[in-house]
Amino acid sequence: MTATSAPVSSPAPDAIVAALPRRAALVDGLTVARRNLLRILRTPQLVFFSTIQPIMFVLLFNYVFGGAIDPTGGGSYIDYLLPGIMVQTVAFGATSTAIGLATDMGTGIMDRFRSLPMARSAVLSGRTSADAVRNLFVVLLIVTVGTLIGFRFHNGFLPAVAAILLAVLFGFAFSWIFAFIGLKTGQPETAQLAGFVLIFPLVFASSAFVPTAAMPGWLQTFANHQPVTQTANAIRALSQGGAVAGPLTRSLLWIAAIIAVFAPLAVGRYRKG
Amino acid sequence: MIEVQGVAKSFGATRALDGVDLEVPAASVLGLLGPNGAGKTTLVKVLATLIKPDSGKARVAGLDVVEQPTAVRSVIGLAGQYAAVDEMLTGRENLEMVGRLYRLNARVARQRAEEALERLSLTDAADRTVRTYSGGMRRRLDLGASLVGQPRILILDEPTTGLDPRTRIDLWDFLKQLVRDGTTVLLTTQYLEEADALASSIVVIDHGRVIARGTADELKSALGGDVLDVGVEHEADMARVVAALATLGAEPSQVDGDGRHLTIPTAAGAGALVEAVRALDDAQIPIADLALRRPSLDDVFLALTGHKTTADGDGVEGNGAGGPPGRARRRPERSPT
Repeated sequence: MTATSAPVSSPAPDAIVAALPRRAALVDGLTVARRNLLRILRTPQLVFFSTIQPIMFVLLFNYVFGGAIDPTGGGSYIDYLLPGIMVQTVAFGATSTAIGLATDMGTGIMDRFRSLPMARSAVLSGRTSADAVRNLFVVLLIVTVGTLIGFRFHNGFLPAVAAILLAVLFGFAFSWIFAFIGLKTGQPETAQLAGFVLIFPLVFASSAFVPTAAMPGWLQTFANHQPVTQTANAIRALSQGGAVAGPLTRSLLWIAAIIAVFAPLAVGRYRKG
Repeated sequence: MIEVQGVAKSFGATRALDGVDLEVPAASVLGLLGPNGAGKTTLVKVLATLIKPDSGKARVAGLDVVEQPTAVRSVIGLAGQYAAVDEMLTGRENLEMVGRLYRLNARVARQRAEEALERLSLTDAADRTVRTYSGGMRRRLDLGASLVGQPRILILDEPTTGLDPRTRIDLWDFLKQLVRDGTTVLLTTQYLEEADALASSIVVIDHGRVIARGTADELKSALGGDVLDVGVEHEADMARVVAALATLGAEPSQVDGDGRHLTIPTAAGAGALVEAVRALDDAQIPIADLALRRPSLDDVFLALTGHKTTADGDGVEGNGAGGPPGRARRRPERSPT
């Protein structure tokens, strides 16, 4: 073996980040996340749809259903609705994780990543964390638009921050489900379709837009226990007041369970190639 | 630098690699030739740790591709036939990202990106998104991405397929420089010309097996040196042409599918051309076309396997189609390099 003696070579092996594996995985993940964020920013139609769509939902739901729905206790519907829209938006936003990964698989970039001495998890963590950043932006946008038409955090500053973070964390968990789906299907269109089939019932058979009490008994049983309801209730409690501990604990358990199941599944799937 | 022993890989019922052996000494170029579906890309993927072989051993810089994949990845650079770069990023961003993923710190990654852009004449386009690049520029950037880690070993899968001749020759010069500086290269190609220009030795594979190996000259002389192409206006004349030129070729001649083109491998060089003109004139056969040329990969294949490369073809690759190919008649074994 002879060493390369390329005249251009700058500082040699000592330049290599000799970090602990975990730190290296983090750095790699950030590198990939940066790439994904740049991609999002440079795809105007993506920016457009991921901002216009949630705004549209806030306005439509509020003004179309707002008059007809009398939420639990005579409060204004926008206060009830907005936490639901937050959860709905990050859940649907997770499909873009699947679409992004499936798109990458269709190009040579995935082989490039696989041939590099980077952490195996970084392609996925870089994807899900970039999507979390995007979700944070969209949630803040929703809150802003909501505030313009009457939404208020009635429970203080820190719970408000916690409410927003919980929404983003929930989206992050869903992103891992969709990372797996994206790698499994390998086709953006299929991934998107699979996403809607999964998310529609979860979002609509939940407390996101209307209280579950009005639903038939069998549906209520499902609706009351599933993650979207738990998370919407937790965000609602954090932003409006009321019993937080119960829904928040159940929401966090769901989030932990989803990540614990789907992150290894997705990474395993990625390793398999 | 690269050692492959008995590597086999199947996808379902298709045997993509059927026991391949090869070796690439340090600071040399091995050209891996073969038609589409011969197994070239599969071998590249095994060496680049993208897929695991079913059996056999492959070592890169002394590292086992199955047991030490991460170590292997840090010494290789891979450039594929499709440019594996991100369209939405600029050229510079692409290279810096890859540099970071080679675990270089930010400053070094930036510096290496700059150097690679310069070496590949992409400095002017460095801050444009790759979407605006031409095919040749993308390919150059892709090669640049494989260089930022300063790999000792470059694995190139058809690096110049689809490039215009000018860009191709520039790339060749660039690769030659890298090899002079000590880089070891394994490159796959469909063009004998390319292997000829770059490779110190050549391995020809088909149906996942090595069917010939040697230097470009050895392979070509195995064909008898040159190839004489004869085209006739009327198919009916072909039999007479074959008869008239029967004494010319060292090897059996071959009539094309349309029955109006004849290919004769010959060792006689320009003399064969003169002789052919004389013979055809004597026999008073009207011809449309007569040319002497260097053998192409197609000719090598024709001679080695009895079937065409179908370089643009729709898979003759159904395994074992037509039984085992008529094995090479004269197989120059690996020459000392």
